[in-house]
Amino acid sequence: MAMEMRLPVARKPLSERLGRDTKKHLVVPGDTITTDTGFMRGHGTYMGEEKLIASVAGSVERVNKLICVKALKTRYIGEVGDIVVGRITEVQQKRWKVETNSRLDSVLLLSSMNLPGGELLGQGVLVQVSPSLVKRQKTHFHDLPCGASVILGNNGFIWIYPTPEHKEEEAGGFIANLEPVSLADREVISRLRNCIISLVTQRMMLYDTSILYCYEASLPHQIKDILKPEIMEEIVMETRQRLLEQEG
Amino acid sequence: MAGLELLSDQGYRVDGRRAGELRKIQARMGVFAQADGSAYIEQGNTKALAVVYGPHEASGRAGWGIVWPWELRGSRAERWLGDLRGNGRRASVYTADAQHRISLGVNIRGSRARALPDRALVNCQYSSATFSTGERKRRPHGDRKSCEMGLQLRQTFEAAILTQLHPRSQIDIYVQVLQADGGTYAACVNAATLAVLDAGIPMRDFVCACSAGFVDGTALADLSHVEEAAGGPQLALALLPASGQIALLEMDARLHEDHLERVLEAAAQAARDVHTLLDRVVRQHVREASILLGD
Repeated sequence: MAMEMRLPVARKPLSERLGRDTKKHLVVPGDTITTDTGFMRGHGTYMGEEKLIASVAGSVERVNKLICVKALKTRYIGEVGDIVVGRITEVQQKRWKVETNSRLDSVLLLSSMNLPGGELLGQGVLVQVSPSLVKRQKTHFHDLPCGASVILGNNGFIWIYPTPEHKEEEAGGFIANLEPVSLADREVISRLRNCIISLVTQRMMLYDTSILYCYEASLPHQIKDILKPEIMEEIVMETRQRLLEQEG
Repeated sequence: MAGLELLSDQGYRVDGRRAGELRKIQARMGVFAQADGSAYIEQGNTKALAVVYGPHEASGRAGWGIVWPWELRGSRAERWLGDLRGNGRRASVYTADAQHRISLGVNIRGSRARALPDRALVNCQYSSATFSTGERKRRPHGDRKSCEMGLQLRQTFEAAILTQLHPRSQIDIYVQVLQADGGTYAACVNAATLAVLDAGIPMRDFVCACSAGFVDGTALADLSHVEEAAGGPQLALALLPASGQIALLEMDARLHEDHLERVLEAAAQAARDVHTLLDRVVRQHVREASILLGD
């Protein structure tokens, strides 16, 4: 049986390789943002002694008279119209408690189970990432051409599942599809999962195009090699370049 | 020990430092991907690791929640991975057999018995690795020193974290000392500050801590183990640098009132120096993440 051994080695931080700098105003807690009292204070700030002081480490965002500091990573904060994927953690009499990577558990009332817009998911893989890395888009349900589908929850929970062959209208109720998933589908799903993890490690925003490009860039490598640091960097660099070309 | 002078005539300490000089500090944020926030700090030879979870739903079980992987006792402990949060979200959650009577990770979710209605609950656990001191010593989880440290850390962070913003939730801070060479409380506080910042939990300011002692009429900053073991007075100070407010001040030795002012000032100056370093680390981290995410 072949075994692989790796030694720790210091690597250059990725930002140096990108060779660019940020134009944002970065603050840490305790920093004074402004002494002008005309501003309204938003998230991530507090008022102390006539000054507006930052309470999280992140970048300052100013919208007219509102100043807030957007932290690098936080728990999920819900907004109307968001799609979220959750895990049921508790079953109570008339409702379920759902874990959605937010500050408190969410509640799902049983009476809202059959309403349109919500559905229970069958077989698939859940990947948990930071909510700040999921880009806001018009739709979060994507059928990727490689053969799997992906739901990008705004709360950072990503569900990867095999594309169902035919869409049926279920009369009501949820019948779990327990047919075994084919090997080819499973490989696609594993590869997608590893791609998503490598994008997250390199702090790239997640959306359908970036995931797809990353998948294509990873094809020459074996699935298990994708998680190795140097291959991860290579794949994500290629993805970045393709995205820049597409936009530029 | 005969012949060991903590402060030479020329003003040098045992390890060659000056009276007010700090040891070399190196720190990193975001070392654990699974946790909400994590940080690692080295102050000289003292190494501490901090992990933060939260804010999340308040759970019923007190204090315990984590056993570090190197504490797992192979055949004797029965491993039960992942509480209901699933997918290895907690670093390790174990339940041990009746002999150990440590029932960790039995996370009674939804028990709102401990949730506070107007602010967040801060829960700190301190743990010292068996290999952290010169002699390998197993420390059971419930022992006096760990509990006391946990309590002190909790007091420190309740003063700094803006808990009013997250009512009914819980913030868990777990600190592990990997190598103890003096100033463990300070290293824990500094590591925990970085971890809390990494998790994006709002804080009033940094919390920077340092220890100080008093030898031959001179106040020494950042004591190493040798200096602590010599038996002189030791003071631990946790400071919020921007406003100069003290989060925690602790001393358990006898020190003449006249000297207190000087020792306190030495500790405060050292804490401000620590702040300069931590500030640099955090800014670097934020800048790098910002560049990677793009504008």
